[in-house]
Amino acid sequence: MEPFNVNSGFLYGVTIVVIIFVLSQSGYFLYRALKRAKELHISSSVLRKTIASSAIFTIAPAAAILIGVISMSSFLGFPWPWLRLSVLGAVTYELPAATTTANAMGIDLTKVITDPKAFTAIAWVMTLGIIPGIFVILFGMKKIQSGVLKLKAKDSKWGDAVLTSLFLGMISAFLGMLFAKVRTGLPGLVPIAVALVSALLMGVCGILIKVCKMTWLEQYALPISMLGAMAMSLPITSWLQ
Amino acid sequence: MQRPYSESVHIFGRIWVALGILILFLAPTAICVYYNAWPALTPVLTGLLGVAPIFWTVGVIEVFTFTPMLGASASYLGFITGNLSNLKVPAALNAMEAAKVKPGTEEGDLISTIAVAASAIVNTLVLAFGVLLLGYLRPVLESPVLKPAFANILPALFGALAVVYVSKNWKIALTPLILMITLFILVPSLASSVGILVPVGAIVAIAAARILYKKNLL
Repeated sequence: MEPFNVNSGFLYGVTIVVIIFVLSQSGYFLYRALKRAKELHISSSVLRKTIASSAIFTIAPAAAILIGVISMSSFLGFPWPWLRLSVLGAVTYELPAATTTANAMGIDLTKVITDPKAFTAIAWVMTLGIIPGIFVILFGMKKIQSGVLKLKAKDSKWGDAVLTSLFLGMISAFLGMLFAKVRTGLPGLVPIAVALVSALLMGVCGILIKVCKMTWLEQYALPISMLGAMAMSLPITSWLQ
Repeated sequence: MQRPYSESVHIFGRIWVALGILILFLAPTAICVYYNAWPALTPVLTGLLGVAPIFWTVGVIEVFTFTPMLGASASYLGFITGNLSNLKVPAALNAMEAAKVKPGTEEGDLISTIAVAASAIVNTLVLAFGVLLLGYLRPVLESPVLKPAFANILPALFGALAVVYVSKNWKIALTPLILMITLFILVPSLASSVGILVPVGAIVAIAAARILYKKNLL
């Protein structure tokens, strides 16, 4: 047995097993969905564009998730944060879970953990602290789906309104969050300005699609607007700070 | 006889989720066994007490908020691969909008699944290559010049999404939007627990939609 090290070959091995599982599951679901979509005569062009636009859209958030791996690597090493951010979790959860446990044990977050028991305590909290939702999916997904279908069958207009309300609720919460720092002065306006630029770029894409008939842009409008706004956040930040 | 897709989704979905849960528990167990380092109960319970009350609640509520939008198959995949609100749900919504299919239909479920699967694969590959090439990427990712770009991913994402969905459904969006903006201005510390406010926003939006629907204003 090799001595404990947060970047040991064994931990990388465990992580790679989990990564292979995630890729296999994603590949299987993609294959099944594509097969069924072809049976339903959904055009190959729509399917190809869906894959391409989702893939392009994912790159920027994935780079941000990679930054999350780097920030946790200061005390947890690379393999464990890499594993955790490839399954189930998100930076918004994994970081507080890890730091809360580390603080409870008086661990310095600027130094890599050398005590394997401290490491496994954090690993268990990160695993257990987010697990109930996935059990609800395992045992309750079928019931939830039949509830949605019943709602739509009973009154399709109201059913659509409920589904629309769900994602408007999500968008409202995240848009509201952009205003959390407005009372700090000009720097607090940066997120709002970036969101406005992104909205403006999306609006321009919409005009190009509808007026100039650039329909190919439909699938790529979101990643273009997002990356454009991220690029514009650089001058906006230096201007407002 | 072959099962219909809508039925088989729950069978293979449950098998993959059960395997996923098994793997999630096996990973820390393997580390404990290999290093003979089972942790003491106290730090685990203390850590859990710090995160479980919020994240167990958010995790369960997220299921009821996100699964109707994603559909069954994408939910079985998305909840195992994680990063839902910042990645998988926007990817699925954008794909359904662009393909002109509705959530809650079989076509919607399929497009949503394809988007979530493509997103999960790319995210996994970006992380894998990122960790492998960290020596080269770290100076770029951590450069002070690019810091604002990564700090503003969520505004860049939700600004664009808002144009599409709020402009189409502004009557429903108005109430939750005003409520959330007011709430975050008054209590800025809520930003750290935005997850718990997603279902609150959804409930307010449903209530607003119900009133508009009853008055025939939708």
